[in-house]
Formats: sequence, C-alpha cells, structure tokens
Amino acid sequence: MLGFRLERAPAPLWLRGFIPILAILVTFVLVSVLILAAGANPLDTFYQLLILPLTKATSRAEILVKATPLLLTGVAVAFAFASGYYNIGAEGQLYAGATVAAFLGTQLEGVSPLLAIPVMILGGFIAGALWALPSAILKVRLGVDEVVTTLLLNSVMIFFASALLNGPWRDPISNWPQSPTIAASAQFPQLFARTRIHFGFVLAILAVAALWWVFARTRFGLDVRAAGLGSEAARFMGVRVGRVMLLAALISGGVAGVAGVSEVAGTQLHLIEGISPGYGYTAIIIATLGGLTAPGVALAALFLALVDVGILSASRELGIPTYLGEIIQAMLLLVTLALLLLNRYRLRRARA
Amino acid sequence: MIDLDFIAALIGATLRISTPILLAGLGETIVERAGVLNLGIEGTMLLSAFTGFVAAQLSGSLYVGLLAAVVTGVLLSLLMGLLSVSLGLNQHVAGLGITLLASGLALFAFRLLYGGASTPPSLDDSFQQIPILTGTPLEPIFSQYGLTYLALLLVPIVAWMIRRTAFGLRLRAVGENPEAADMAGINVYRTRYVALILGGALMGLGGAFLSLAQLGAFSHGIVNGRGWVAIAIVIFGNWQPMKVLAGALLFGGLQALQLRLQAEGLDLPYEALLALPYILTIVALAIAGRNASYPAALLKPYRREG
Repeated sequence: MLGFRLERAPAPLWLRGFIPILAILVTFVLVSVLILAAGANPLDTFYQLLILPLTKATSRAEILVKATPLLLTGVAVAFAFASGYYNIGAEGQLYAGATVAAFLGTQLEGVSPLLAIPVMILGGFIAGALWALPSAILKVRLGVDEVVTTLLLNSVMIFFASALLNGPWRDPISNWPQSPTIAASAQFPQLFARTRIHFGFVLAILAVAALWWVFARTRFGLDVRAAGLGSEAARFMGVRVGRVMLLAALISGGVAGVAGVSEVAGTQLHLIEGISPGYGYTAIIIATLGGLTAPGVALAALFLALVDVGILSASRELGIPTYLGEIIQAMLLLVTLALLLLNRYRLRRARA
Repeated sequence: MIDLDFIAALIGATLRISTPILLAGLGETIVERAGVLNLGIEGTMLLSAFTGFVAAQLSGSLYVGLLAAVVTGVLLSLLMGLLSVSLGLNQHVAGLGITLLASGLALFAFRLLYGGASTPPSLDDSFQQIPILTGTPLEPIFSQYGLTYLALLLVPIVAWMIRRTAFGLRLRAVGENPEAADMAGINVYRTRYVALILGGALMGLGGAFLSLAQLGAFSHGIVNGRGWVAIAIVIFGNWQPMKVLAGALLFGGLQALQLRLQAEGLDLPYEALLALPYILTIVALAIAGRNASYPAALLKPYRREG
C-alpha cells in the first residue's frame, strides 16, 4: 500500500529558509482570485505592489516612512511575545504615547529641540509602559490572562483619545477633532530633503538593533527567552519569570508608545482620530512572520510597508480597492503560520 | 424629564442595542467553554453583516440574507477550527488573523460592489419591529425585532444546553481538561468544531441583526468594536449565559442612556460611558483574580499524542 503519514521531525534546513517565500507565493495565488474579481490582471497588480515602488526614489522613501511605526510596534510585540507575554495591546499603547506626545508637544514651545525631542520620546515611552502596566500586573500577580485585558485596554485608550479630541482639544476654528499643532522644537527633523523620512526612522532602526543586541548579547535577553519557553524550564534555570515578564511587558508598551510619539512628532504634527490604522495589530503579524527575531521583524515590517505603498499605486492605476493590502497581510499571516508546521512535521511515504 | 415613557423607551432601546452583542456573546460563550478563544469574532460579525446585506438585496428576501450571514459565520469558524483545533496554532494570533482577513474581505467587496457611494446603501425593506402589548405603557419595551426576542429566548436555551445536556457535558469536559475528556472517549476535535460552528452561527446572526434589522444598511463602521464588547461580556458574565445577558444589558443600557441624554441636549463625554463596560470587565477580572472561572484549557491547543 502506498500511503503518506505525518511524522514529527524537524524540517531540513533548506526548507526553513524557503518557508517565507513559499508563504508569499501561496498568498499571492490566493489573492489572485480577488484581483480577478476586481477586474484586474494579477501579474500587473503584483508588479504595482511589489516592484514599481522599488524603482522610484519617492516611493522608496515612502516605504521607509510607512515602515517606521511598523518597525517600532513590531519590535515591541516581538519582545513581549518572546517572553511568553502575549501583548495584544500595542495599538492602545501607541495611542497612549501619541496622546502624551500631542500634549507635551504643545508645552515645549521655545525649548531647544535637543531637550524637547528626548522629553517627547521619554514621555511617550512612559505613557506606553504605564498603559501596559495594569495587564502586566494582573498577569504576573494574579494570573489573569493578558490577551483579553490588553485587547480591551486598546478600546479604552482609543475612547480616551477620542474624548480629548472631541472635547478640550477640538479645533475651535475648524471644529475638527484634531489637537493643536505641536511646537516646532518638538517636531522630529526630516532626515533627507524632499522626503518625509524623519527622525522616527532612526529610532526604529535603534529599536531593531537593541532587540538584536538584547537577545544576542545580554543575560536579560536569555532570561526573556527562557521565560518564553515555559515557566518550569525558566525556574529551573533560576530565572524569576514574573519579574522578567513584567519588565518585558513594560518595555514592550514603552516602545509601542514611542511609535505613537513618532507618528505625532514625525508625520502628523498633531493627534487625530485614527492616527494608527491598526499598526498595533499589524505588529502582531510582523512579530509572528519575523519569528520574534530582530532581522525577521525588520524584513517583515519592510515587506508589509512595501505592500502598503504599492497598494496605493495599484489602486490608482488598476482600480483595486486598497483593502486588498489588509487582506494580503492577514492571509500572509495565516498561510505562514500553517506552513511553519512544516518545521515540526514531515510528510513521509509510509512503507508497506 | 424622567417619567414612565422615558424609562420604557430607555428599556426598549437597551434591549435593541444589546441584541447583537448578546447573540455574539452567547456564541463566544459556547466556543470558550470548549476551550477556544475566538478573536475572529469582530471580523466575523462584519463579514456576516455584509454578506447578509448583499444576499438580502440580491434575493429580495431577508431570510436568505439571514441564512447567508449564518453560513458566513460558520465558514469563518471552520477556518478558525482548521487553524486552531486541527493545526494547533496559537488561538489569539489565528483569531486576530481571521478578524483582519474577514474585515478586509468585507470592505474590499463592499468597495467593489457599491463603489465610493457617499450614502451607505440601504435595504428597501428591512426587518420591522414586532410590537406586543400594544396600547399599554409597556409598548416601547415590547416592540422589538424578531431577532431580539430570539436572542432573549436563546439565553436560557444555551444555559440549559451547557449545563444539562450530554453535549454540554462534553463541551465543558473538553474546555476544562481535554486530556481527561479524550481518555473518557470524547472526541476533543469534533466537540470543539461543533462549538465553533454553533458559535459562528450566533456571531453571524449578531452581524446580520445590524445590517438587516437595526440599521437596514451596511457601512464600514457597522460593527465598531461590538465583537470586542462581546468578548468582554463573556468574561464579565463568568462564561454563564444568564450573566452574559446581564453584561449585554449593562452595555446596551449605558449606550441607550447616552443616546437619550444626548437627544435631550445634555452634553457629556459619551466615550466615558462607552469605555465603562471594558473597564468594569478588567476590574471584575482583577477582583476575581486567581479565582476567575476560566475554562481551564482556554487558549491551549490540544494535540493528541500517539
């Protein structure tokens, strides 16, 4: 009898490197159906999505602008996930940082940027960390599951920002829900003339580098990974799991808060409703696709930023709704997760 | 200002606003009791609201719309089952992925079919309220959509199913201790799939209520976090249908009150009222702490050894 059976065995090395590419291929075959439904040619669309943005300097710059919040939130989520703390709250923590940045930014008129910008970043970090604190304490002290509490706190923070924007911060002249523009000294400088790339991108690179360094070179990074492997193993290694997890959760919230600062001080210059179109959720995709490693997060964030920029031109040129971008992101996540099982199982031909 | 009419109208609005969260919350209760946290709920409600709307418009029958919404909910739940039960992936990542995918699909198709219409498309004929006790002061309370009566009726039915039936016993066994359930001869995978299917159907009904009854139209923000509220009330309600009903009524009541007060010209930060159920849920969890009666196997994929 010829048959196949699943065996628990690690994948060969060549396959592991191949999985991301395979996932992208499968995803694009699946979304081709939707592209055809939209009356466009899938190959044209993929060209607009993946190749065209790389050929023009202006869109290459836009990719880095888009990648900035994705890198920061991606690092934030990856760090928490690595410790076994499932922070679904990066979205709310980002809003906490953005809200504090919008407040601090108006108070720093006339202060030197050398002081104002660090104050903004620190303020946003603390705000994000504080917003992460209740869920982290509940998890570590009382064993309350963090997935649900971090998720619910997102909505609370977004309601809070919305209350400010529709209340005290509402623009008195236009009546628009938009906070006052932050002081010039608090605004992130542009890095290159005629692009929108700003200092936030430097912060994002630093965050990725820090993630790499912590995991590769520090005892704390080892402890975080040990905590993520499971409490018993970690305790055996002498790791204080609760303390490590609490710290990882707070740092994660802080970095997500900095993403909010970067959006306010680097691109919008004030707080608006929907300042994040769901970066905190996309970050979960990025962290997962990136395998919770620094290089992986960087690649995944850049790839999703490329799709984000490409979808705009595909929409303009081919009339494809921009929501295709979100579908691609979600599909890529689910397909990758399913394919990652290949790392654990192998299809073997069963002998008779 | 506060008289009998006001109170009756307030209760009536509360029941109406509670309906979609109650339906979805009952669905989520069943799924979580089987040990699966379905964060796909928010996207499932949105895509169901959409497919229900489109099917009703194309067929001219609201019941076809209802069926389409239920089928959508079931299909997305089967996908959730494939990922989290069969493949054993992280439940929360799989669930969020489904929410993002389903939301993207709904908005993508909405854009394709209805373009950039400035006014949301609406049904010529949506579900109408069915008044009982007409002519009495209680009429505003008992003038509800059929789906509202159904949702209220489902509360004791689901409670009974979980507590008293053989299926409910298997459901709880699988949600508390899948290894032991398996040894007792219960098919863990199948039980979880059945729970997901029932839950998905109810989430679909919740979405359909919005587009086919309450609004009779579809728009981007039609679900607007109601799925997350459903997640909150399930926890708030300790995974018990009667208490989930209480949570849904609390949420609906706060929102109805806010709408009423706003209509009376009172300006208050309505966001505070909207955020209250979330905060109360977290406070409830904090108070219960280690005693919170989570289904013990929630979030844990089950993999049969051997």
